[in-house]
Amino acid sequence: MKTQRSYAVEVEDLTVAYDAKPVLWDIDLKIPKGKLMAVVGPNGAGKTTLIKAMLGLLKPVTGAVRFLDGDSDVRTLKNRIGYVPQSGSVDWDFPATVLDVVLMGCYGKLGWIRRPRKADVELSRQMLAKVGMEEYSSRQISQLSGGQQQRVFLARALAQEAEVYFMDEPFKGVDAQTERAIVTLLKELKEQEKTVVVVHHDLQTVPDYFDWVTLINLRVVASGPVEEVFHEENLKKTYHSSGTLLRSVG
Amino acid sequence: MSSILALFQDYTFQTVALGSTLLGLISGVLGSFAVLRKQSLLGDGVSHSSLPGVVMAFVLLGSKNTEVLLLGALVSGLLATLLIISIVRHTRVKFDSALALVMSVFFGLGLILLTYVQKIPNSNQAGLKRFIFGQASTLLQRDIELMMICGLVLLALVLLFWKEFKLVTFDSDFAQSIGFSPKKLNLLLSFMIVLAIIIGLQTVGVILMSAMLITPAVAARQWTNRLWVMVTLSALFGAVSSVAGTAVSSLVPKLPTGPAIVVCVSIIVVVSVLFAPGRGILHRLYRRRKNRILYKLEGGVPNGSAT
Amino acid sequence: MAPQLEIQIIAVIVAVACALPGTFLVLRKMSMMSDSITHTILLGIVLAFFVTHDLSSPFLILGAALMGVVTVWLTELLSRTRLLAEDAAIGVVFPLLFSIAIILITRYAGSVHLDTDSVLLGELAFAPFDRMIVGGVDIGAKAIYTTGVLLLINLAVITLFFKELKLATFDSMLAAVVGFSPALVHYGLMTLVSLTTVGAFQAVGSVLVVAFMIGPPVTAYLLTDDLKRMLLLSGAIGAVNGVLGYQLAALLDVSIAGSMAVVTGLVFLLVFIFAPHRGLISALRRRSNQKIEFAKATLLFHLSNHENSEEEAAEAGVDTIQVHLRWTPEFTAKIMRSLEREGNIRLLDGLARLTDEGRQTSIRNYNTLFSR
Repeated sequence: MKTQRSYAVEVEDLTVAYDAKPVLWDIDLKIPKGKLMAVVGPNGAGKTTLIKAMLGLLKPVTGAVRFLDGDSDVRTLKNRIGYVPQSGSVDWDFPATVLDVVLMGCYGKLGWIRRPRKADVELSRQMLAKVGMEEYSSRQISQLSGGQQQRVFLARALAQEAEVYFMDEPFKGVDAQTERAIVTLLKELKEQEKTVVVVHHDLQTVPDYFDWVTLINLRVVASGPVEEVFHEENLKKTYHSSGTLLRSVG
Repeated sequence: MSSILALFQDYTFQTVALGSTLLGLISGVLGSFAVLRKQSLLGDGVSHSSLPGVVMAFVLLGSKNTEVLLLGALVSGLLATLLIISIVRHTRVKFDSALALVMSVFFGLGLILLTYVQKIPNSNQAGLKRFIFGQASTLLQRDIELMMICGLVLLALVLLFWKEFKLVTFDSDFAQSIGFSPKKLNLLLSFMIVLAIIIGLQTVGVILMSAMLITPAVAARQWTNRLWVMVTLSALFGAVSSVAGTAVSSLVPKLPTGPAIVVCVSIIVVVSVLFAPGRGILHRLYRRRKNRILYKLEGGVPNGSAT
Repeated sequence: MAPQLEIQIIAVIVAVACALPGTFLVLRKMSMMSDSITHTILLGIVLAFFVTHDLSSPFLILGAALMGVVTVWLTELLSRTRLLAEDAAIGVVFPLLFSIAIILITRYAGSVHLDTDSVLLGELAFAPFDRMIVGGVDIGAKAIYTTGVLLLINLAVITLFFKELKLATFDSMLAAVVGFSPALVHYGLMTLVSLTTVGAFQAVGSVLVVAFMIGPPVTAYLLTDDLKRMLLLSGAIGAVNGVLGYQLAALLDVSIAGSMAVVTGLVFLLVFIFAPHRGLISALRRRSNQKIEFAKATLLFHLSNHENSEEEAAEAGVDTIQVHLRWTPEFTAKIMRSLEREGNIRLLDGLARLTDEGRQTSIRNYNTLFSR
């Protein structure tokens, strides 16, 4: 690309629909590098859809997503993006150990057919230690609590050693210990100048945990630094009511 | 005892036993993936649906060679799968209904074709009926060779794409996000499962084939929490019960092979569900009792932990 | 009565009797349970025969119906352990019970005059040979009466417990709250399904009972939303399938049951393709219409988003819109032409600009989406 961008992700005119029902409509979004960004909005606003469309898991009706200075070579690109899906999206009774799942984070770098090596196992163990789960590495994944499952997914994403991370509701239903672990991790990622996009539902913690925020409801209501755009008026536009959610922020 | 020894030295029995071992092995391996992908009943649909293909291949090509008949089975099995998928995709009919409808209609078509073949002079359709219940004793040397080739290809593919199959079965969204296309992998895996079903038709028949796919895998799941152990055990269970079933049906007069194999593999599943350490029902009951005693000892304070 | 006519009457009765409970199976997403039951009732028949030693004993029917319920119970017992998925539980239970039945029949074939083929595959053509004789007078084929009783039972149960069945099917929680035990309704329905299977398999064979239980209701499901209408329609479609199936079989001189199943499939295929609203063609047509309507709305929204902004020249340029939206030039031109014709946009200086009307339309679109 000719122009030097400092954006990690650029979303342009993105429309996503299920059948003819738009879930995201003409989204324009620029996420600067090195930001911790929260995506907030009411239920059904398209938060998860936005993440999935950015990752290329959904085919948009219009528009495009560009990463990291316009790099569009899928093979190199995929290894620069990390993903933490909602922990409820998989069957935790799958016969695998904690280490097995974290190792999957290395699969992208390995490419087709090649098997994980010692170095990958070593890396996975380190990442497990980062989320405080090293002693669980040979535990079966169905024997974990919800918070522990979430941390396993985080460790898997860390093992991807990506530059941009997408996390879908990592704080949903987790215990206090896990919440603290995730927050520490986010700060650490920021120090390493990684970009992190987090779908978030708890409005109260947005100013504490994040420095950038996007308010969406079908379209982008506002996007920018938390102190500039995260205020009553924008929230009202996003949530269409002056309900309890807003008072709790005020 | 001597009759068993004699049996294992018998050439026909060796052929048949080798064939059923192969069948058990292959369906055990691929069945593990079918069960983990929650596609247990698709096997039932595919095997029932392969009947018209078998008969049609005979009518059109006039050959009773196994590979010709199995090719027909493969075509109609895949056609049925395609139909089921497109019904579910384009209408509000649910998967289970589409499956039940398509497989029974295909089976009906198979019956029509069978009664049609009966009327063709000089054609012995007895060789076709063996596909309904399976008849391991009709396995020939060249059938075994065919099974072996298919089996080797399938096993090689499973080994080659082990990492990918594991990933896409556990978390297909994540697989796609790191560049492994779930669409292609699912297609490959489904095709492999269908092929495994088709290979087994001759031995256990269209009605019971699905059991060979599901039951060893379900049994194996109870004993381990690791995928490769599960797949290995499942292959082992499949092979052992196939040999046992074949042996019993050779020793006892008037005991059909297919059902004998299914009973053997079902015994394994019952034992597994009851007695497997960790997951089994007995273990759970024991644990519950132990916990109850522990609560009492600790003054009724539940410890709340998972163990 | 001519045998041909008798066969058709039996075919119609069986088809209607199967379609009625089948409707609830389809709606309750339990279609594959019927596949399971149709296989396992064979074991019930064999076991009951060992007790009664009489192939015409009514206990055979009782045994078979009982085995159907046992199958459901065993399957649920297994899946309740959560050691395996529900579909896997179905796939483990029925092959085992079925295998035991086949082994018993083959082992004792000398004493059991049960032919596996006839149980599994059925032969309607022989039904007229078995006569119902009352006081020395031949009053028709026996199967007409047995299947007739079955149909009456199904009709009676479904009419009497329509409300309960409906509620337990659509909202089992509410049913439980109101005091209809969903478990009772469930097992009641399963008993009915087992009974129907037993009554029907002698005529059409157990494997094909599935086609008659699931086929007509699934076909009707594509034609109506109303439960009562779906029941009536299923019955009617079942009857038509029976008659057409017989005619086809007579024409080609092939298995009657098989050809009834194939006709069931063909009728479904026709409805699947041509059904108004829910068929393939109308779905595809609607989707393509929706795509165009949606594209128009998207373009309007896109223009209003970038109206009077600095990047308007690029975002709304007649030749550059397609680049931003990632549409093909043809598709973009088509949508723009259509919008221009409707007076929503105006093409000026190489820019697509909203007219007042277009702006209003866009706001209206947006509001309808938001108020969903």
